[in-house]
Amino acid sequence: MAVTTIKVRVAEITELTPEIRAFDLVPLNGTPLPPFSPGSHVVVHVPGEDRVRKNPYSLASSPWEQDRYRIAVRRIDEGRGGSVGMHERVRWGDVIEIEPPHNLFAPDRAATRHVLVAGGIGVTPFVAYAHALARDGVPFELHYAFRGPEHAALLDDLAAASPGALSTYVDDDGTAVLAGLRERLAGQPLGTHLSVCGPAPMMDAVLGLARELGWPESRLHLERFALDEAPRLPFSVRLASTDEVIEVPAELTLLEALEDRGIEIPYLCRQGICGECRTPIVDGTPDHRDIFLPAEEHGSALMPCVSRCARGPLVLDL
Amino acid sequence: MANSPDAIAHFPFPFDQDTYMYSTNVEPADQVRDNGMAGWGGRVYDVCEHYRDEIALRNEILARDPLRCQVLPHMREAAWDVVEHATTSMATDYPDWFSREERGGEVRWTNRLLDLEQVFTPGVEDTLPEEPFHWMMRQVQEDIELLDHRGDALYVDAGILTFGADWSLDFDLGMSFLEIHGPVPRAHELGVFQRAHTFLLGLRAGQNFRRTNWTMTVGRRLDTVTEVYPEWGPDRASLTYDEIGPRLHLRVEVQHFVRLPRSNAVMFPIRTYLISLDELCTVPAWSMRLERVLASLPDDLTDYKGLARYRDMTVQWLAERNATLGATAA
Repeated sequence: MAVTTIKVRVAEITELTPEIRAFDLVPLNGTPLPPFSPGSHVVVHVPGEDRVRKNPYSLASSPWEQDRYRIAVRRIDEGRGGSVGMHERVRWGDVIEIEPPHNLFAPDRAATRHVLVAGGIGVTPFVAYAHALARDGVPFELHYAFRGPEHAALLDDLAAASPGALSTYVDDDGTAVLAGLRERLAGQPLGTHLSVCGPAPMMDAVLGLARELGWPESRLHLERFALDEAPRLPFSVRLASTDEVIEVPAELTLLEALEDRGIEIPYLCRQGICGECRTPIVDGTPDHRDIFLPAEEHGSALMPCVSRCARGPLVLDL
Repeated sequence: MANSPDAIAHFPFPFDQDTYMYSTNVEPADQVRDNGMAGWGGRVYDVCEHYRDEIALRNEILARDPLRCQVLPHMREAAWDVVEHATTSMATDYPDWFSREERGGEVRWTNRLLDLEQVFTPGVEDTLPEEPFHWMMRQVQEDIELLDHRGDALYVDAGILTFGADWSLDFDLGMSFLEIHGPVPRAHELGVFQRAHTFLLGLRAGQNFRRTNWTMTVGRRLDTVTEVYPEWGPDRASLTYDEIGPRLHLRVEVQHFVRLPRSNAVMFPIRTYLISLDELCTVPAWSMRLERVLASLPDDLTDYKGLARYRDMTVQWLAERNATLGATAA
């Protein structure tokens, strides 16, 4: 099912650090933005030189604010170009498209206490956490490490949301935050959950320390920041019965491209779960992106609602 | 409480083939589904001609057995999510009956069908006469289960079950989605629940899905939960051939899947519809299809659905009725 995007206006751009910029996004016509849960991200359609890049950014504002979303973007010059596009092409007053909030890093609501650990730009989801936990009266402490005082972002937002809960560390390699955490992680009451967001080596070190101190896996959480889907490239398919060739552009699914040509395939979920649109193939190697088709059928069929072409020519038994 | 011709025309007849097997039959919920008659679906909360009767029945059941509606403490935010979702949806879908006005952080809710008006502040329990989920559930015909999303699992940590088909909320409360569905035959081998689970974990706010499920019930009886089995179980054995038309009902659940935005919980409303076989036979396409579905239903599924005692007799009854219908049509 295609995600409907929301148009928002860039109401404010703030330089938080030499590398991190905050963007305040507001609705165009006063319609409130969708409510969200702490830990949610939005996928921003970032204007680029050649094509739009879709990058996820955590919502770094209060979940009860529906007239403004805040995201914070660290410029990564060696990245895929999304963050550079945000820094170089997005200007105050621009209208950009975002996808509605989705959550892959929600706080455990059964927890009686939270220890939150952030490294660098990984602090962004914890702004919403801090607002929500403070409002619900759930005790928490937030440990935030950055490379130097000039790299500390969002401190004001965090301090406002979590008075007394914030400890900061100036730390290049994780030693300071690990030293500080050892005592904290050794003495937490039952029911406490640990959530970590930051560079991978830091997350590994913090979770490793927690395991060493006897924390059960079910109490450990980390932000797994994956895009919802792998990049989609254009490809073409041929219909075995008529030799008709159909082009599938990057922005369409195979199912949509078939429908555009008047070929009706039965479907239900349109996201690779139900199995309804299973289509047999006679040649080619599909790029299977569904969770329905069993491995033994990977050479003989595909689900056109999500799957694409790995190696052509892809010939459908239609 | 029989169905009017209009209610029959909107009945969610669940079979689009002559045989039935479990499948992950989910589809987007925003469209009306063709049933050969007036169609069904398109709204998460379906307010129908039985609204006042079913609300009254629900209140009676809750008074007798408070454990039919439970909210674990960490589901507080999800309960408020339900209040926001239900009041907003119902006011949009049925503006003649319900209205919701928000001003200065306060909501004024009017339910004209129940002659009820309430001003409340979302998130502030004191502003409602009782716990928010309970309060809202006394105004909808759906049973609603709330699944907390923790780690890579979903736990039924709140819900109401007054119109359930032989299961128990009090027994299942706190279990995970996969644990609850443990006893269903065949579906695990088919991978149905594993796929459904993956689907639910990835469900997005604003993109609602639905599916149907079905069984049969003797008598027009909505409350067939396990706790009151002694009240309805014996009916299955007492049904006679001559009573099939008025007493035996096809029972269809329309289930929705909704991601709640503020709590990240998954809401699972289950709406139960009953149609007597006499009523069902007013649509010959349905009675003919039901005959073929029941005749070909595998024995283990027939058992699990509780139809074993009267399945063969019902197939015979439908065959006779359909022969008459065929003769009339010819």
